[in-house]
Amino acid sequence: MRRFPVHLAMLAWGVVTALPLLWAIVSSFKKDNDILNDPWSLPTDPQWGNWARAWSQANIGRYFFNSLIVVGGALLLTMLLGSLVAYALARYEFRGNRLVYYVFVAAMFFPVFLALVPLFFVVQQLGLLGTYQGLILVYAAYAVPFTVFFLHAFFKTLPSEVAEAAFLDGCSHGAVFFRVMLPMARPGLVAVGIFNFLGLWNQYLLPLVLNPDPDRYVLAQGLAALSVSQGYRSDWSGLFAGLTIAMLPVLIAYVAFQRHIRAGMTAGAVK
Amino acid sequence: MKHGRLRFLIGALAPALLLHVVFVLSPYGQAFYLSLTDWTGVAGEAHFVGAGNYARLGGDSLFLDAVRNNAVMLVCVPLVTIALGLFLASMLHLGGRSGRTSIRGAGAYQIVYFFPQLLSLVVIAVLWQFVYNPTNGLLNGALRAVGLAGLARSWLGDPRLALPAVMAVLVWSSVGFYMVLFSAAIDGIPKELFEAALLDGAGGWATFRKVTLPLVRDTVQVAFVYLGITALDGFAVVQVMTAGPGGPDGATEVIGLSLYRNAFTYGKFGYASAMGVALFFATLTLAVLALRAGRKDRLELS
Repeated sequence: MRRFPVHLAMLAWGVVTALPLLWAIVSSFKKDNDILNDPWSLPTDPQWGNWARAWSQANIGRYFFNSLIVVGGALLLTMLLGSLVAYALARYEFRGNRLVYYVFVAAMFFPVFLALVPLFFVVQQLGLLGTYQGLILVYAAYAVPFTVFFLHAFFKTLPSEVAEAAFLDGCSHGAVFFRVMLPMARPGLVAVGIFNFLGLWNQYLLPLVLNPDPDRYVLAQGLAALSVSQGYRSDWSGLFAGLTIAMLPVLIAYVAFQRHIRAGMTAGAVK
Repeated sequence: MKHGRLRFLIGALAPALLLHVVFVLSPYGQAFYLSLTDWTGVAGEAHFVGAGNYARLGGDSLFLDAVRNNAVMLVCVPLVTIALGLFLASMLHLGGRSGRTSIRGAGAYQIVYFFPQLLSLVVIAVLWQFVYNPTNGLLNGALRAVGLAGLARSWLGDPRLALPAVMAVLVWSSVGFYMVLFSAAIDGIPKELFEAALLDGAGGWATFRKVTLPLVRDTVQVAFVYLGITALDGFAVVQVMTAGPGGPDGATEVIGLSLYRNAFTYGKFGYASAMGVALFFATLTLAVLALRAGRKDRLELS
């Protein structure tokens, strides 16, 4: 009896969520004229030219690869450093252990805006402004605290028998970490890895300040610049194609891993 | 063995610590010092001005606009997002029997609702810039299509509508995430409680108020903190979406945007740092207040 209004409410929000996204995707296949004059029509013959124009002429392709390099490098570095620190702090007793933990975790509670000005000059003085290495190092530096926080709790819960057996077999500390503990922590690594990937892929403020070279723009940065540039402001179909290209990898990853992603992201929030 | 242990610990901690000190700790520390100077970026040319920058903040009308806008966002964005998220999450459960079983298609709804959370705020802002376009945008187009052409507006161009339009985008992008979060919390409530409420003849609203809400309180509190931090930012959406950027008459100016402009357009690095410190204390106050409120509530409950 009361099923109907429930479904109506659910469906209404579904439409509000999906409609703008579908509109952008469908419009990316239409001619500019059709977008402006007939916004509700489906494309009669798909204009792949919009995509090609966005990809090469508007440099979305280059921005895409820049993002891939920077995010890939930063993700690897973050996971390596974050899991090492989390493991060392969670499984070893030594003086200053708590202090080191809080030094890392406290950084999560500071707004990045506060660091922005001095950070710009630190990166400039190191000669890393507008370089892949500079962005990778800074991205990783700001992603490590949460990674440590999340994995620290995870490593604490792992049983110690396997590691002890490995030590008795003559494994070094490093080997126990890489060969025994890291594989056992896989579920935690996947969760925090997905979380970090999305955060890094969507990063905007840091590249905006630290990456002024248009040849090295990351995707979000390039798209933002494109949407305000005189030449492309009126090129709706090209911008819609660029938007769709920017959404596509996230959409594909989401369709493939949606359960993991939702579980990982919500777990990260309530930890 | 002892030797190997120390070497491993140093190897595990030192690189990350170095990165942390250089790129995170030292900038945060320097920001507090810079906020007390008139530095404009020339090495060695920073003069100590005490609280001068902070005094100037009080007379900077654009900054005061930003503070006002962030304050409005801080109240509206979490309230609307949490209300919608809780409503949809309990709909998802109410529709089924005994509050626990989900309605048909619940999984599909969650998949769709959640997706915007994954998108970059820049992608969302560019998309909504098109949606809000006065002549050819989706919103006005839809209003005209259903015969409500009279409601069509220049959403981002009207100083009274620009901020609500920006807030709507923030709400749109986060409702799904919090809906999934609340839904998981409701799933964790023992089924017997809903059955007991049903036996007592409690309706949907009474069940929500007396059973669901008190038991998902902790999750709601976490949501308030996260959404509050989102509302204190708003930089990407405003910078990409509104003219200026900052909107007509500073209608959508936010603190982050003021900071960014003063630092990287005007080169007033000391002054911008003072804004950063102000933002830091706002964030800190928010977190402390939210956690305090939670503790008090729990004492009253027990």
